Amino acid sequence: MILDGKCPTGPIEQTWDKHRFDLKLVNPANKRKYSVIVVGTGLAGGAAAASLGELGYNVQAFCYQDSPRRAHSIAAQGGINAAKNYPNDGDSIYRLFYDTIKGGDFRAREADVWRLAQVSNNIIDQCVAQGVPFGRDYAGYLDNRSFGGAQVSRTFFARGQTGQQLLLGAYSALSRQIKLGSVKMYDRREMLDLVVVDGVARGITVRNLVTGEIESYAADAVCLATGGYVNVFYLSTNAMGCSVTANWKAHKKGAYFANPCYTQIHPTCIPQAGDYQSKLTLMSESLRNDGRVWVPKKKEDCGKHPAEIAEDDRDYYLERKYPSYGNLAPRDIASRAAKEQCDDGRGVGPGGRGVYLDFADSIKRLGEDTIRERYGNLFEMYEKITDENGYKRPMRMYPAPHYSMGGLWVDYNLMSNIPGLFVLGEANFSVHGANRLGASALMQGLADGYFVIPYTIGGYLATVKPGQVKTDHPEFKKCEEDVTAEQNKMLGINGKKTVFEFMREVGGLMWENCGMARTKESLETNLKKIPALREEFWKNVKVTGSGSELNQQLENAGRTADFLEFSELMCKDALHRNESCGGHFRSEYQDAGEAQRDDVNFCYVGAWEYKGADKEPELHKEPLKFDNVHLAIRSYK
Amino acid sequence: MQLTSSSIGRKILMAITGQAMVLFAVVHLLGNSSIFGWLNGGINAYAVHLHSLPLPIIIGFRLALLAMVCVHIWFGIQLTIENRGGRPQQYAVKSTQKATFASENMIWTGSLLGLFLLYHLAHFTLQVISPETSALKNLVPLHNEMVPNVLGMVIAGFRNIFVSFIYAGAMVALFLHLSHGIQSFFQTMGWSCDKSQPILVKFGTLVALGLFLGYVTIPLTIFAGILKG
Amino acid sequence: MSDHKTMTLTLIVWRQKNASDAGKFETYTAKNITDHHSFLEMLDCVNEDLIHAGKTPIVFDHDCREGICGMCSQVINGAPHGGQDRTTVCQLHMRKFKDGDTIYIEPWRARAFPIISDLIVDRSALDKIIQAGGYTSCHTGGVADGNAILIPKPVADEAMDAAECVGCGACVAGCPNGSAMLFTGAKVSQLAILPQGKGEASARVKNMTDTMTECGFGNCSNHYECMAACPKGINVKFIARMNREFIKALVV
Repeated sequence: MILDGKCPTGPIEQTWDKHRFDLKLVNPANKRKYSVIVVGTGLAGGAAAASLGELGYNVQAFCYQDSPRRAHSIAAQGGINAAKNYPNDGDSIYRLFYDTIKGGDFRAREADVWRLAQVSNNIIDQCVAQGVPFGRDYAGYLDNRSFGGAQVSRTFFARGQTGQQLLLGAYSALSRQIKLGSVKMYDRREMLDLVVVDGVARGITVRNLVTGEIESYAADAVCLATGGYVNVFYLSTNAMGCSVTANWKAHKKGAYFANPCYTQIHPTCIPQAGDYQSKLTLMSESLRNDGRVWVPKKKEDCGKHPAEIAEDDRDYYLERKYPSYGNLAPRDIASRAAKEQCDDGRGVGPGGRGVYLDFADSIKRLGEDTIRERYGNLFEMYEKITDENGYKRPMRMYPAPHYSMGGLWVDYNLMSNIPGLFVLGEANFSVHGANRLGASALMQGLADGYFVIPYTIGGYLATVKPGQVKTDHPEFKKCEEDVTAEQNKMLGINGKKTVFEFMREVGGLMWENCGMARTKESLETNLKKIPALREEFWKNVKVTGSGSELNQQLENAGRTADFLEFSELMCKDALHRNESCGGHFRSEYQDAGEAQRDDVNFCYVGAWEYKGADKEPELHKEPLKFDNVHLAIRSYK
Repeated sequence: MQLTSSSIGRKILMAITGQAMVLFAVVHLLGNSSIFGWLNGGINAYAVHLHSLPLPIIIGFRLALLAMVCVHIWFGIQLTIENRGGRPQQYAVKSTQKATFASENMIWTGSLLGLFLLYHLAHFTLQVISPETSALKNLVPLHNEMVPNVLGMVIAGFRNIFVSFIYAGAMVALFLHLSHGIQSFFQTMGWSCDKSQPILVKFGTLVALGLFLGYVTIPLTIFAGILKG
Repeated sequence: MSDHKTMTLTLIVWRQKNASDAGKFETYTAKNITDHHSFLEMLDCVNEDLIHAGKTPIVFDHDCREGICGMCSQVINGAPHGGQDRTTVCQLHMRKFKDGDTIYIEPWRARAFPIISDLIVDRSALDKIIQAGGYTSCHTGGVADGNAILIPKPVADEAMDAAECVGCGACVAGCPNGSAMLFTGAKVSQLAILPQGKGEASARVKNMTDTMTECGFGNCSNHYECMAACPKGINVKFIARMNREFIKALVV
């Protein structure tokens, strides 16, 4: 089937304004008759719940954490992009649009990206009004920094905690609505199913993580803002609770999963120290503004103290390979380059899995105080984890899974192929194509939540009657029973291996065979091993305790079970896409180390339809058309 | 009423009444130090001077002090009970980083000071502890007038080891109470910032130390026989 | 890293099945722990052993494991987050302990934070304080340009110092009175410092501090344990600032 993204046509500059005008409206007095469920309270979900509540809809918001303030958007360090052109360095909406399309390796929809670039400026204003303490200069003007993949300074920041401050802004707006009664907040709830009645999304099934109760909630529309799935690699920069579960359950109820193979590996993370490690810690990309990346030229130097390696014996490989972008090459390129050096045997640190990020030159040029002012908290974090002083000795970095560009398929209105199911933020696939530029995730989350969904959901709700289905509908009961049955099954196995052991195993397979570089063979290996592992899981997993209490093992078991299914789809998608683009690098398709796209055969969004437990998923394609940018080889040289 | 019911409001009342009493303690010490003879006629003259003030001022001053004491004690007890309830169960291991013995025992040092206050009033104001040395009953000549012998009463009192001990002990309590209380006043009134706060802590301790030394010198010098009638 | 020697530790951990259970301490042994284990990874290892032995693992709140989400909440040897300067439990590394150490692990203890299970407490009271006024009442859309009101760097920096709070509740856990003054003071100050928040400053400080009391938090008696416990180093000057705002609100 050929999918239609329902993108508006005509001159791109007018698409969003025209579309907004064409959308139907819900009368203010009628809004309170409609109810909306928002799952997830990160930037996208928090902003959406607050904005929809403010508009007058009855909103029910859900998160698995103990407070809506803790979603993993909070961990974003570096900043948020906007085309304000405050530094007068030639930025514009068109340039942000162009950079995002190019950064995404021409695998995103033009209209969606244009809209994102257009509303980016409103986001900054909105956050300032909420009291987000963005970095400013002494005169009081908003300050900017540079980020990878752009030659203009368009990134706004709040120290090294931009994501935290933006999320707290959204959380404060949400808190205001909770107090006003327009949003009802349900925390410590994990969504375990989507309730679809007659092909329309009507509600969700959740587990109360404190009491273990399975609860049902109905609404006229469901918004998933449930984040990404890179915890499929087990070790990633995501929070421990991040999972594919909500998306996967929606997928199994009919929502198409688009481009699952597009995952972003962030180039600057603290390398893994041991097998017991539970997560990887990211160091902001902004560090590459002042840090220089290098490895020893000679393999025998790798074991030496970095200070003992002469300047001439260092290979500043990013500056060498990409002279115009240098250390600020986009993430996918920087990550792959790091892997290349390490594969070549010139990596540093334990297991040779690391490259140096060296601040010595910047410290010499600007002084240690300036560097401390800019990145102090990151240096502190690095020292806490590694016990090494980044001011005195170059930091060791290695790429780590960070973000998923793929996600549930949505049209221009952010609605999936299931009517009434909207998907926001990282959970959808829309704007980043095959690779996301730094500081664009925060932009997308807030754009979707504050400035897109409030309009587009109205366009949908205006066409449906409110309150048609309530939780007494038999479908809700069936979903509750299904969820309970699956839990009981996991609890009843009482096997030999813990949930963590399974997760580590599937994560290892994915990192090894479907990580920074993939081949036909490696993917086929996974497609054999993963089903076997899944089978073993359902025979040999050990989950202690019961379902009727707070049970973290059971929570993780459910998430792992879903990853064991999803990982297979991810490999299938990676296998079918016989090209390299952005975060999807197939070793067979390269031109001297650079990704080789195949625009003739793969210039489309690949959206997969679930067909049943043991059936092959069906691929639907949405062709991508580029009327405003020229499809070009993405070069940062 | 925000001031008497809210958390910060009651803190402010504690701070203001406490600080007013600190000011009284300073003035009181200055007056008492006349015992060392800087005033012509010594402490007896000072006492005469105080009692020659118009009656409404004396009564008003005493009532105001009484009110301060009552407010301070009332909210002190109320807040302490509430605060004990704020953490009903203690940790198995006690580990304090910033709190001090003084800050943690304000209720006890305060209670001791309250008891001492009663004793002190009974001793030197009502003069019922050892009536035979009562100043009012033992008049002495001063500038051709017969005046109460405060000096004699004080010296007789502090010659007694137990009395001296009670006074010295109370002054230790005063030191502890004020070493936390004075800096606390500035914090509660919002008159401190990150730079001034550590300085205010030192300042508070210094004032408390000054008051302690000043007050304790009187019984000590008398008991040691340095200060004689 | 393999070149690191391993440690064996004795853990004395608070176990409490649910809110109504009385709870008690249990002793466990953590084996093969290296310098590079984080404290939570050490607990992961202990839990894996417990699961293999068919016992109920210790439950604790955690999520980002990089010191920013504010979910982790354990009192280690009497100190919230283990007492290291500006460090959350998830960032605490085992190199701070010695082989053979005995470690007491307890949940946050405060009346306003009832225990849910083991080391997990209910911190929704902090959300209620924010709901009482920890925001500017701006509408989505229809706001002025970000540069319309200038905020000089020192002012913005001061607001940011207050805004760094992660809402973990360590200040409450560390306070002998179970008071939330540092948490509340940080938010009140952030919004009182910024021009965008000044308009509602009076109502905000009254409503937020009233809610603080209603939720069962104790009062501040200036011990400054909160500042020592805070993993973000929030300064008690923000409590002073809140007191000032409170007095301003009383007078004006």
